[in-house]
Amino acid sequence: MIHMRNITKSYEMGTQVVHALRGVDLDIAEGEFVAIMGPSGSGKSTLMNMLGCLDVPNSGTYTLDGEDVSQMSDDQQARVRNKRVGFVFQQFNLLPRTPALKQVALPLMYAGYGRSERLERAQEALRKVGLGERMDHKPDELSGGQQQRVAIARALAVSPSIILADEPTGALDSQTGTEILDLFEELNTQGITIIMITHDQEVADRAQRTIWIRDGVIVNEETNEHQ
Amino acid sequence: MNISESFLTALDSLLANKLRSVLTMLGVIIGVAAVIALLSIGNGVSDSITGEINAIGTNLIIITTDFDNSDGYQTLSQVDVDALSDPLRAPLLGDVAGIAQGNQEVISSGRSTNVTVAGITPNYFTIYNMTEFQGGDGLTQTDVDTRARVAVLGATAAEDLFPDEYAVGQSVKINGVSYEVVGVLAESGSAINNTDSNIYVPLSTAQSRLYTTRTRSGEKAVSSITAQAVSAEETDAALEQITEILRAEHGITYAADDDFSLISQGDLLETFNTITATLTAFLGAIAGISLVVGGIGIMNIMLVSVTERTREIGIRKAVGALKRDILIQFLLESIVLSLIGGLLGMTLGWLISLIAGNALDIPTVVDAGTVALATGFAAAVGLVFGIYPAWRAAGLRPIEALRYE
Ligand SMILES: Nc1ncnc2c1ncn2[C@@H]1O[C@H](COP(=O)(O)OP(=O)(O)O)[C@@H](O)[C@H]1O
Ligand SMILES: [Mg+2]
Repeated sequence: MIHMRNITKSYEMGTQVVHALRGVDLDIAEGEFVAIMGPSGSGKSTLMNMLGCLDVPNSGTYTLDGEDVSQMSDDQQARVRNKRVGFVFQQFNLLPRTPALKQVALPLMYAGYGRSERLERAQEALRKVGLGERMDHKPDELSGGQQQRVAIARALAVSPSIILADEPTGALDSQTGTEILDLFEELNTQGITIIMITHDQEVADRAQRTIWIRDGVIVNEETNEHQ
Repeated sequence: MNISESFLTALDSLLANKLRSVLTMLGVIIGVAAVIALLSIGNGVSDSITGEINAIGTNLIIITTDFDNSDGYQTLSQVDVDALSDPLRAPLLGDVAGIAQGNQEVISSGRSTNVTVAGITPNYFTIYNMTEFQGGDGLTQTDVDTRARVAVLGATAAEDLFPDEYAVGQSVKINGVSYEVVGVLAESGSAINNTDSNIYVPLSTAQSRLYTTRTRSGEKAVSSITAQAVSAEETDAALEQITEILRAEHGITYAADDDFSLISQGDLLETFNTITATLTAFLGAIAGISLVVGGIGIMNIMLVSVTERTREIGIRKAVGALKRDILIQFLLESIVLSLIGGLLGMTLGWLISLIAGNALDIPTVVDAGTVALATGFAAAVGLVFGIYPAWRAAGLRPIEALRYE
C-alpha cells in the first residue's frame, strides 16, 4: 500500500544544507508491523513525516493506496492525515488544558462526524487503550504512559489503516513502554498497518520487519522470525 | 466542518484558556470603556453648558455701558430702551428691557446679605424665562408706574434672608428703605447668570432710590439693556440695527467708537463651544491613548501565546484540520472576545459616565458613534493580532507548526 521511490529531503540551515533523506525506496504492505531503526539524526523522523503527509519531499514519488501523494492539494493531504493515518509522537503532542475525550474527538470532528457519534467513538477508543476511567482528565492530570495512550486513542479514533509512531516509548519507563507496545501489537493483529521508529532492538524485535537507516538512506532490512 | 462546529470549537478553546481569554478581553474592555466614559463626559459638559446658555432665554442680546467711556456718566438710558422698543425703528427686536443694577446690603429681621439688586420692568421675567414662582408673583406695570417699594427675591436670596419663614409678605430693607416682598422665584439652578441669589425691584424705584446716576444728557440711566431678536437667523441683523439706533441716539459721529458693547446669546454659545471643544478634544486624546494601550494589551497577549497556539495549530493540522478550519476557529475566537469585551466595555464605560455624570451634575451622553468607534477599533485590533499569527501558522506545513518555538 505504501510505495516510495527515490525520496529526498534537505533542510537549509542558513548557508548549510542538511540532506536528511538522500533517495529512499520503501515498500510496505497492508497489515505489516515495521520497525525503523537507525542512529540519531539519520532521517527516521523525516521519513515518518513524509509517510504521514506532515511534510513534503523535495523529490521522488510517494504513492499511498495507489494515489500519488505529491500531486495532492493541501486539503487532500489533510484528508489523508485525518482519515488514513494516525500519528503517535514521542512528545505526545496533546492540546494543553483539554480533557482526554475532547483530544480523541478532535480528528473525528475534522472528519465531519456528528456530536453524539464523535463522543461514542472517542469513548470507545479510550476504552480500547484502557483509559475508560480517565476521559475527563487533562494532560497535566495524566502520567506519561496515560498521555501516550490518549495520543494512541486519538490516532485510532477515525479507524485509520496506518498508524505511524515516532519513538512512542521514548519518553516512557520500560514497564509502561512494554504496555504501549502490547497495545500496538494488538492493533496490528486487528489488521492495522504499524510503522514505528525505535532506538531499542528489543522493541524492534516485536515487529515483523526492521528497516535500518543511516545518513538518509536505507542500509539494511531484515524480516524477523516470529513463531 | 460547519460553522456551528467551528463556533463550539472556538468557545471550547476560549474556555480551556480562561486566563488568556480574560487578559485579551481586558484590553478591549479598557479601551472601549475609556473612550465611552471620556467622550460621554466631554459631550455631557458641552451639552450642559449649551443647555444653560439656552435656558437663559431665546435669541437674547445684551447691551452694556462701555466702561472705557466711564467719566461719571453712564451712556445707556430709558430713552434708548424706548427707541429700541419702537417696532417701527427696530422691527427685528421683540421685547426690550432696561436694567439698573448694583450690589446692595439687604437686611431682613436680624439677617443681612450682600446681593445684586436689579431694577427691572415686568417683561424682564418673560425675557429671562423666570416665570415660575415659589410664592407670590412677579412685578407689575403698576409697581413700575408707582415706583412701588416692592421686591421679588431669588430662591437663594429668600433662603438667606428668611430661612425659617415664608418670605412673601415680609419686608426687607435696602439702602435703609423698606420693601415688601411680593414674590419668591423658583430655583433655576443656572450657573451662568446667578439669578437665584438676586433681588428684583421696579426699575423706576431703583432709579430713584438706589442707582440715581444720569446720562450726560440728564436721562435716568440703566446699566444694561436686554433685547430679544425676533429669530435666531435675524440676530446678526438685529445687532446691526441696535448699533445703528444707539449710535444715532447717542449722537456718535462716523469716526468715533461705540459707547456701548453688544453680546448675543449666539456669541456666548460660540465662546463656550470653543472651550468645550478643546475639553472634548483633550478627553478624546486621553481616550485615544487608552485605546492604544488596550490595543497593545491585546497584541501582547496574542503574540505571547503565539508559540503555544502555533503548536496547537500543528496538532490540529496533524489530525486533519484544513487551513480553513483553523482560520475560521481563530476568527470566531477573536470575534467572540471582541464582542464580549466590547459589550462589557460599553457597560463599564456607561456606568463610569453615569457615576461621573452624577458627581459632576451633568447629563452625560453616550452617543452611538463613540460606541461604534471604540468597539470597532478594539475588535479590529483583536482581529488583526488574533488572526495574523493564526493565518501565518495555518499556512505552515504541520510539522513546521509542531516544531515551532
Ligand atoms: N526542520 C528541520 N530543519 C533543519 N534540519 C532538520 C530539520 N528536521 C530535521 N533536520 C535535520 O535532518 C536530519 C535528520 O533528522 P531526523 O529525521 O529528525 O533524524 P532522526 O529522527 O533519525 O533522529 C538531522 O540532521 C536533523 O538535524
Ligand atoms: Mg527522530
